[in-house]
Order: sequence, then structure tokens, then C-alpha cells
Amino acid sequence: MTDDRTAEKSSETPETVDLWVAGTEEPQFSPTDEGSQEITSDDTVAKLDEEFGRVVDDDYVFDDDIAEDERMIVNMGPQHPSTHGVLRLQIELEGEIIRRSKPIIGYLHTGMEKTAEQLTFSQGGTNVTRMDYLAPLHNELGYSLAVERLLGIEVPPRAEAMRVLLTELNRVSSHLVALATNGMDVGAISMMLYGFRERESILAFFEKTTGLRMNHNFIRPGGLAADLPPGWKDDVAAILEDIPARLAQYDDLLKDNPIWTSRTQGVGVISAEEAIAYAITGPPLRAAGVKWDLRKAFPYSGIEKYEFDVPVGTRGDVYDRYRVRVDEIHESLKIVEQVMDSMPKGDYRVDDRKVTPPPRARIDESMEALIHHFKLFTEGFKVPPGETYVAVESPRGELGFYLVSDGESKPYRMHTRAPSFVNLQALPIAMADSLMADTVATVASMDPVMGDVDR
Amino acid sequence: MSDLHPVFEALDAAFEAVVFEDSLGQVVARVPNDEWKKFALEIREAGFEVCVDVTAVDWMRQRPERFEIVANFLSMEHQLRLRMTTTTGREDPSVDSLCPLWPGANFAEREAFDMFGIRFDGHPDLTRILMPDDWEGHPLRKDFGVGSVPVQFKESHKVN
Amino acid sequence: MFPATFGLACCAIEMMATGAGHYDLARFGMEVFRASPRQADLMIVAGRVSQKMAPVLRQVYDQMPDPKWVVSMGACASSGGMFNNYALVQGVDQIVPVDIYVPGCPPGPQSLMHGILTLHDKIMSGEIVR
Repeated sequence: MTDDRTAEKSSETPETVDLWVAGTEEPQFSPTDEGSQEITSDDTVAKLDEEFGRVVDDDYVFDDDIAEDERMIVNMGPQHPSTHGVLRLQIELEGEIIRRSKPIIGYLHTGMEKTAEQLTFSQGGTNVTRMDYLAPLHNELGYSLAVERLLGIEVPPRAEAMRVLLTELNRVSSHLVALATNGMDVGAISMMLYGFRERESILAFFEKTTGLRMNHNFIRPGGLAADLPPGWKDDVAAILEDIPARLAQYDDLLKDNPIWTSRTQGVGVISAEEAIAYAITGPPLRAAGVKWDLRKAFPYSGIEKYEFDVPVGTRGDVYDRYRVRVDEIHESLKIVEQVMDSMPKGDYRVDDRKVTPPPRARIDESMEALIHHFKLFTEGFKVPPGETYVAVESPRGELGFYLVSDGESKPYRMHTRAPSFVNLQALPIAMADSLMADTVATVASMDPVMGDVDR
Repeated sequence: MSDLHPVFEALDAAFEAVVFEDSLGQVVARVPNDEWKKFALEIREAGFEVCVDVTAVDWMRQRPERFEIVANFLSMEHQLRLRMTTTTGREDPSVDSLCPLWPGANFAEREAFDMFGIRFDGHPDLTRILMPDDWEGHPLRKDFGVGSVPVQFKESHKVN
Repeated sequence: MFPATFGLACCAIEMMATGAGHYDLARFGMEVFRASPRQADLMIVAGRVSQKMAPVLRQVYDQMPDPKWVVSMGACASSGGMFNNYALVQGVDQIVPVDIYVPGCPPGPQSLMHGILTLHDKIMSGEIVR
């Protein structure tokens, strides 16, 4: 291999290059007048890929000469530095242009839908929250809304407002990770550090409220697990003060940055028709120009009381998705401010003792409360038979829960309509006929969370 | 049903074999297996542009037909949701694929195939998607065990 | 020590948070997360290992040159976690030898750092010999 490199780099006449490559079966370097400096020619990149071990040398990869075209199938294996978890992409390259691609998933399949059938309805939150681990509260919210629909109960207004507060803050933190990884994948490594820095203040608030930084299991059927801690308004006010200023900093870094715009504009385009045909929802759909948000179309958990806008893009490329996410952070912060100002007083969970556990103090006083507590935590509450589908707008798109109950205390079937799973189908469309180097930016902009994809 | 949206009224009138029900406030259409694709085409014409999800439920012995296939649709134009279900039996479960009509049903049907073993006729690439390619069995069927490993210090597997 | 990223699920996010600004892992000389296993000597398995991923995990471990260490981060990597079912490998120590188990679901950045620093101490004191 080194031989033809030196032959190339020598400033000899094209004759030398011709003579060397004649008669071999390897893909040829096209001879030019210049001689050296052919690093950017078509096949060289694929060759370099092989050299540098980016291609795993086993039965995943094979050279496939298709007629006159020089196509090579490259495997971006399940373990790669792009921080999107275990997504495997098989890409058929012609030179540096992607002709076909296929996402191969399943490397994080956890059997959550099967596990849900073994856990009671109130334990289900622990299972479901680990699906989309960047927005765990949305998973819990969807699941709780589905269970409440089956039970036929309504949560009190304070619970609804608390749910909105927590999920909108979660949307902010999830979009911050999306910006961070998006930036890092395209090359702005400092975005990674900035994104995670902002997230820390939100996660500190979550830790104070729910007890955990991630995977909270806080939104449960019937309400929430606990009330907001005293002094929460100051924490939220601090967050509301910090983040917009920092977002302005990120805009300075990215918004009109020529490197950023040239790497993201016109890249990974998904048009509105394609998006609707492929059932894409969330920021990629809105970036394509379709103004569709479940919080406006089918409102849930009292979100219709708050005023907010739905940002929409125009071209459907990576840049528009980035802008939509940044604008959504601003809108979510608006909602958080409105909730903070108008948080109703009252109960944080429904009063039905058959569903929510009694307060700890009452257990010492009342035998009935003790029995309720016991039955709820060993057997679980029984849900009348029925089926329902409830969807919430998670940061990734439409997160739906199809829940079937047959009268027992455990779901008969729980299916999650995961937004990342469905959005990933359109990845071949977004990547078709684009350059290999744009793959990373496109995948990052679709923002798949592999826990959501594989469940 | 008396208070159906006019879109559903029209569909109900056009297909007698399809039964429209109300499930906790949501409209469900029970479709016979052989009319699945025809009805799907109709609802696409009626304005349901988005096929949100396709999944299945294994009813084991509780119902005469073992598998129930459920498809959820969304109409952005009318702001409506529709759920369509059909059934298929224990031997060679199969149903028409919705992929030719909605490309977005691709992965969902593959997952239903992987997890339940239901064959979708007309699917461009019906292979396992979540489990390894050489996996035997269909995990979400009720006769496929959870596969739990006995854990030390745990006396009972299930509290039932 | 150069960690190889093997971030799979939720624990990967906490691992990224550990490496980010607030809980800085770079202070302990571990800033550079090598993408290629051939240049790494510590594999932090962060997240649940499914049956499909297990051979890949083993392959990445084999590609690492000696001496190498493995930190199993989180409940799912250490023992299968809350998912005791068909889809997950019940503990990554069924596939690779593990030096440090960091419990938690997910373990906070402080826990992970404590685990890594414990590993550093054990190596320096000679308790773990590779």
C-alpha cells in the first residue's frame, strides 16, 4: 500500500503512475497532470477509511464491484465516537457520495415491552422512564396519562401544572444535549462543554425535586410522587435567568458562523412531503415547514392554559433543525415562567385511595390506610379492561403509549410508539446522494436516542 | 355510533364489514383481515396522511383469533386520530403490509414481525430488526418466557 | 489512562457529564476519550448490554492492547439491572473480566469518578496486576 502512495506523491510524470497501476485489480487512482496531491480524489477516501481501521475487517464489510461503478460498502459500526449510542449504519458509497444506506438497530434492545407486562402499573414508570433517557419525564408522563385514561381519573390542577413544569424543563435539558452533540459532531467541541454545563443547573433542580438526576420515576399514574420542595421558585428563577443569556452566547458561536452554516445548510434535507410520508414528528418535521405540535393539536395535562409559539423552519436541513431546537428552548422557558407564576395550590396527586398511596403519617393512624398502602405496593391497583393510545410531544417527536389492560394489576400489553424509532427510517432519505462527511451531521440532527429506538 | 365525525360517518357508510367503536373516547375501526389494505387506502384518501404506528397484541386463548394487529393513524388536516384493528389466527399469522401506502410503517411492521412472527405481505424488507438475526422465537408472544435468570437471595420469581 | 468510549444507554450521558465542565474528569488525566479501542486502555461499559451487542463488546475488548482494565458502570452493566429478561446480558462480567463495578441507575458523576479513582489507587498500589 505504501508503494502506490509514494508513486503518487512523487512529482513524476503521469507515465509512472500509469505503469504502476496497470494490470492490478485494485481500484485505480485516476492519473492527473499534477501527480501528487490527490488526497481528495474519489476513491482515496474509501481507501483511507480502510487503512485507518474505520472499517471493521470481518464479514460486515465486503468490496462489491457493481458493474462499472466503484461502490464500497462501509460499516459505521455500533461502537463509534459519535455520541448517539449504538446505531449501526451500512452505507454504500460511490466515491464519497452515499448511494444507499441502511440503519441497523437493535443493539440496545432491552425487552422493555415484555418487562412492562411483569411490572404493575405503578411500577411501570421505572421501566418506561429508561426508554428515552434524555427526556425521562416525558416517557413517564405519556405512560401515566395512558393509565389514567384507562382508570378514568383526572389529576388535580396542581399536579398538571407540576407536570408541565417538569416536562418543559426536561425539554430544555434534552435540547441542550441535542445541541451539544450536534455541535460536537460537526466539530464545535466547545458546544459539548457548554451544553452539559447548562444541563447541570437543570439537573440540580431535578435532583432537589425528584431525588435523581436522570430516570426520575416521578410522574406516576395519579399524580406525582412528591410535592415541589420549598424554595423551588428561586431555583427555577435562577434557571430562567441563566439560560437565555447562555443561549445568546451559543448563538454568537454558531448561528452565523460560516463554518457552521456551510456544514449544516442544505445538508440532510427532508422535505415536508417526505416527512409526512415517513411519519416523522418533532423538530425534523417542524424544520421541514409543517407546523404540527401535539401540545397545540391535542393538548394534554393542562398545557393549553399557557401561551407559547411553535417554531417552524423552511428548508428541512440540519441548520433548520438546529434553529428549531434553539427556539423551542426559548418557548419552553416561556412556559416554565408562566407555570411558575401561576402554580395552583392544592393536591399533587389524585385523592382516590385505590390508586395513590396514603400519606405516610396517615398509615400510623388508620388501619384502612395501612391496608391500602399494602395492597398498592404488593399487588398494585387493578385497571378496568380496555385499550387506549395516548401521545405526548417529547423533544424527539410524538411519543405514544398504546396500553391494553385486561383487568389485572399489570398491563396486558404496553407498546411505545417511539419517535426516534420512526424518525430513523427517514435517515436513508436524508442521506441519499450526499457526502460521507455529512452523515455525522445528519444523524446528529435527527437526534436519535437509542434507548427510544430499541426499547 | 351516533356522534361520529363526518369523516368517520362517510367511512362507516362505505364499508359495512367495518365496525366503528368508541374506546374511552377514541374511535376504533374493527376491520376484517381481507379488507385491511382496501380500508387503509380509503382512509388515506379521506385525509389520514400519517401512519403513526403499527403494532400487535397477542391474545393467546382469550379471543378466537390469536393476534390482533393495531394501526394508529393521524390526520393533521382534520386533527383526528383513528385506530384500526384486525385479527389473524394462530396458524401462519399474516396481514397486508401498509408500506406501499405509508413508507413510515416500515420499521414498525418489521418490529411486529420480529416480536410476534406476523408476516406482512408486501413489505419490502421483512427481517428481524431488534433481535439478532439468528434469534429463534418471537419474544413478545405470550408463550415466550421472560427469560429471567434466577437471582440469588430472591425466593420467589413472581408475586402473583 | 485513556478511556475507550463504550457508552450505550443512560449511563453514557452521565459519563459524558463526568467528562464535561462541571465534574471535570480531565483533572485526573483522563480527558482524552479515545474513539479507537487500539489506543485505549480502560473500557468503561456504560449502559445495558443487549444480546446483539455482546459480540461487539467482546470484539472491542479484544482489540484493546494489554494492559487493559474494565469499569462496569451502572446497574445494568454490573448485573443486568432492573431488566432481568431475555434481551440483556445479565452483567457484563459474563463477557469480559471487570475490575471495578460502579453501582447506580445511573451512577452520578461523583460515583463514577470515585470508581475510576479507586481503580487508579488499586493499580498504583499493585492490588490489580494485569
